[in-house]
Amino acid sequence: MRAFLSGVAVFGPGLPGWAASEAMLAGTAPWAMAEALPPAPAVLAAGNRRRASAAVRFALAAADEATSAEPDRAVLETVFASGNGDGAVVGGILDALHEPEGAVSPTLFHNSVHNAAAGYWHIAVGSTRPSLSLGGHDGAFAAGLLAAMTAAAQRRPVLLVAYDTPLPSPLAAKRPTDFSFATACVLRPEPEGARAELALRYIAGPMPAALSGDALDALTEGNPAARALPLLRALAARQAALVRLPLLEDAHLELQVTPC
Amino acid sequence: MSPFWPMRISAGTTVTALGAGLGPLRAALLERRGGLAPCRFPGAPGGIWAGAVAGLEDAAPPPDLAAYDCRNNRLAELALRSDGFAAAVAAARDRYGPERVAVVVGTSTAGIEQTEQAYAARQPGETELPAEFDYGHTHDLQALPAYLRSRLGLRGPGLVISTACTSGAQAILQAAALIVTGMADAAVAGGVDSLCRMTLHGFAALELLSAGPCRPCAEDRDGIAIGEGAGLVLLERPEATLAGPLLLGAGASSDGHHMSAPHPEGLGAVTAMRAALAAARIAPGEIDYVNLHGTGTRANDAMEDAAMHQVFGDAVPCSSTKGWTGHTLGASGAIEALIATICLEDGLVPGCLGIEAADPAFRSQVATGNRAMGLRRVLSNSFGFGGSNCSLVIGHG
Repeated sequence: MRAFLSGVAVFGPGLPGWAASEAMLAGTAPWAMAEALPPAPAVLAAGNRRRASAAVRFALAAADEATSAEPDRAVLETVFASGNGDGAVVGGILDALHEPEGAVSPTLFHNSVHNAAAGYWHIAVGSTRPSLSLGGHDGAFAAGLLAAMTAAAQRRPVLLVAYDTPLPSPLAAKRPTDFSFATACVLRPEPEGARAELALRYIAGPMPAALSGDALDALTEGNPAARALPLLRALAARQAALVRLPLLEDAHLELQVTPC
Repeated sequence: MSPFWPMRISAGTTVTALGAGLGPLRAALLERRGGLAPCRFPGAPGGIWAGAVAGLEDAAPPPDLAAYDCRNNRLAELALRSDGFAAAVAAARDRYGPERVAVVVGTSTAGIEQTEQAYAARQPGETELPAEFDYGHTHDLQALPAYLRSRLGLRGPGLVISTACTSGAQAILQAAALIVTGMADAAVAGGVDSLCRMTLHGFAALELLSAGPCRPCAEDRDGIAIGEGAGLVLLERPEATLAGPLLLGAGASSDGHHMSAPHPEGLGAVTAMRAALAAARIAPGEIDYVNLHGTGTRANDAMEDAAMHQVFGDAVPCSSTKGWTGHTLGASGAIEALIATICLEDGLVPGCLGIEAADPAFRSQVATGNRAMGLRRVLSNSFGFGGSNCSLVIGHG
């Protein structure tokens, strides 16, 4: 499957948005570890902004940045991918269920659906286009990319958003996530205005072991959404690259990235 | 690229409160015998009814996949054992090769019930979860496709869709997309969702649960009865086999309106239904029956009636079958797709259960008693929190 990638976004440790991060991702400016703080989701209306969790903030900030050059964001289908979902919300409900006299908050419950971030996005931009939300454990980015590429391959422009935040205790001990990370990109069937062409193949075999890289490469395994880093670095460097993305324990995606 | 539609549903199975397999569901629909009962799920809110599945104690995964053991994967296991479904998938695996058969399934809460048990197993004052609790193989959404893929010996893409109560329908749509884009030759698709305290107490907190069996479309309807279950289909290209009904088209939309309240005029629902009809290249009048999302809440059923009337007027009979199964959430879209196949085979419009007449304010043609009539095409609706909508058209071309 092929698609053309235009807008792109990143929020992660020491990576405060694409414009500020592009040179670091390309390796032409130094990157330093710094806490990834939840960005302000300017796209949300004030009421929803106040209630937005860290996961929703990361997802929507990435979606906002990747679509900043779009003339009409409401025409894009969306694919949201997250391995952990909204741990603060689900963890809050699990805590409440196991406290004596604990009552589940109705607001927490409707925010606990895995498609909450997508729902807030479609409300914010007034979009009635189709939307998918996927899990995928450590392969969530590749899962979302595969789903988004099927939309673009059927000639429908699509916004892909991948985001993950650490789970709260006690879940964190069972499912460690080192930091928060979000990335997003717009994929379309046409090359106009594109940054790169992507050609995707599904490989029914495990990822080959990665060559040891620099400090930024070392972030890749700390968060499911950070598995996108090899793609983001190829895009920033504007270099042709063959990128491998983990999907399942015994399967991965091979992505040929060609700058436009 | 080949035209998207149709896809062949070459095999299918359900697990519901009526029992494992399509047979008990078919018999209950014909006999108008519901599967809901007072809820005895441990730790559930008091005074509610639910559609619980019996027999899960005997549906443990095989020993080599014991790490996946949880209520949700037991529902999936029971489905694989029913209607010859695992054998049908094995035949497709042998025909296409294991790496060419995808798994795309929906769930809202996967094995979170296992996490609830782990939380409850802690001693007073203890924070950490028990050592034996395995998050990745149970609670994690991906645990569902991972289990099915391992259990069926498949090596194709494995995806999990979680869009609240449209998950099962959206998974069927995405599975078709993998086939049409050449990423797979066949796909196991559908949804599985299990009773858990999070869901039961969450809907109770929203004051959306009925006090008795749910009564969709009744004037005095009072909410949802939560159910659990599994619906799985095997999708292939139409020329692969001549057996089985066709998935003629599907369409999805977002409300872009509110997180938990539907758009009052059903804008998103209308958009999804019209997109499904357009994908199937048919007019509204070519649909013979609509299986409603029909949860039994005041807001959903009123919205869906308005949307139905906008698309179909009062010309097409419609009903909800949640009076039989309860609302099986992320499985409902897949289970109701399979109910549509039963209706097509048996020439059955299963009128809403437990109601004498539809809400007099409704303007669409709501069926209450069962009707025997030849059906060629059925449309099935699913709507969910977050403003997610998905409609499927199933029939004989």
